[in-house]
Amino acid sequence: MIISIASGKGGTGKTTISTNLAFSLVQSGRNVQLLDCDVEEPNAHIFLDLENKIKENVFLPVPQIDEEKCTLCGKCAEVCVYNALFIAKDRVMFFPQLCHSCGGCSYFCPREAISEIDRVIGEIGAGDACLTRGSTYGIEFAYGKLNIGEVMAPPLMRKLKKRIDEDKVVIIDAPPGTSCPMIEAVKGSDFCFLITEPTPFGLNDLKLAVETLKVLKIPFAVLINRWNEEYFEVDSYCEKENISIAMRIPLERKIAELYSRGILFSKELPEWQKAFCKLFDFIEALRK
Amino acid sequence: MKIAISSTGNELSSQVDPRFGRCQEFIIFDSETLEFEAISNEAINAAGGAGIKAAQLVVDKGAEVVITGNIGPNAFNVLAGADIRVFVGAAGTIQNVIDSYKDGKLQEANQPTSSPGGRGAV
Ligand code: SF4
Ligand code: SF4
Repeated sequence: MIISIASGKGGTGKTTISTNLAFSLVQSGRNVQLLDCDVEEPNAHIFLDLENKIKENVFLPVPQIDEEKCTLCGKCAEVCVYNALFIAKDRVMFFPQLCHSCGGCSYFCPREAISEIDRVIGEIGAGDACLTRGSTYGIEFAYGKLNIGEVMAPPLMRKLKKRIDEDKVVIIDAPPGTSCPMIEAVKGSDFCFLITEPTPFGLNDLKLAVETLKVLKIPFAVLINRWNEEYFEVDSYCEKENISIAMRIPLERKIAELYSRGILFSKELPEWQKAFCKLFDFIEALRK
Repeated sequence: MKIAISSTGNELSSQVDPRFGRCQEFIIFDSETLEFEAISNEAINAAGGAGIKAAQLVVDKGAEVVITGNIGPNAFNVLAGADIRVFVGAAGTIQNVIDSYKDGKLQEANQPTSSPGGRGAV
């Protein structure tokens, strides 16, 4: 089963929820795989101790132009819908950050002046997260990381998602927002938890995320982080829209403290461990 | 010499469009014949790289000078690569801007003045 953890905006606590959920499910004896798909800013590893680490580079094919053969005819720039090529007076200029690796330019070049070379855009790392020393349980963890200045998150994520093992409970920490990277991350999930916080901004971004998931036809429920009684609009919105609120994590000092020390709060507070396991039961019940 | 000015319309009385890559039109003004031509900017709806596409458009028209409000790094680089002088911070009507250019009152850009995608000043 694939469960994604998403949020219409950054900083709502997606990673906290993903890691605590993964930890709690492992403690209850399940096989868990955690994928950090927030490739612009992966940070789940901060909470996890990794062993058996591996790393590999991720490449994208990009054009390389043979200046000897090129006649500056302009065909390549014309067919490139992403405008990654520019015909200057004496050469073709290439802007790798804009290239979507569609292969159009090399296909259409009348002089066969374009070949494709591999360009590194980021890396994928993986390892076993050991949660309690000496324990046989672990989380199979993997993350993707785009190099600074790179924007082609979806191809990197597709590569990362190839590691999914559907026999396990797969938890996907999706990038914030509702644009292509978020969609790429949650696509194919059986269920999605939308994390929000009780503020007007939180509510606004939640609404966008809800619309996105409806279009993608992924069943979902809401999880309110830093919940307090001062702002009730998120609760009312969910009630009105018939959206279940699966959990409310209160704004509590203990939780905040553990978080700031990089400790999973469900590790120290067993009642939360139970609550996270119930989230899983909650999905199973809905699926029946 | 041809001058390309980013414009909101197709007249000399139109206002300058502060955006380069995503402006409505380009006015290509010929300083010798004093004639002008308005071309619509195909780059306005580009998925990405609008600045580069717009630059290609004005370069292909033979412009040697570009006048606009702000210019992003990609467009700046290609225009510099094509030996085109770029003047920024222009505002008012196209006619005003042409006059200011003749009087040497415009500021020449020696670096990009906005981030990619035209999201404001850096
Ligand atoms: S299509 Fe080929 S020959 Fe024409 S400008 Fe591009 S690289 Fe050069
Ligand atoms: S591979 Fe596609 S996106 Fe990249 S430069 Fe060529 S035509 Fe443009």
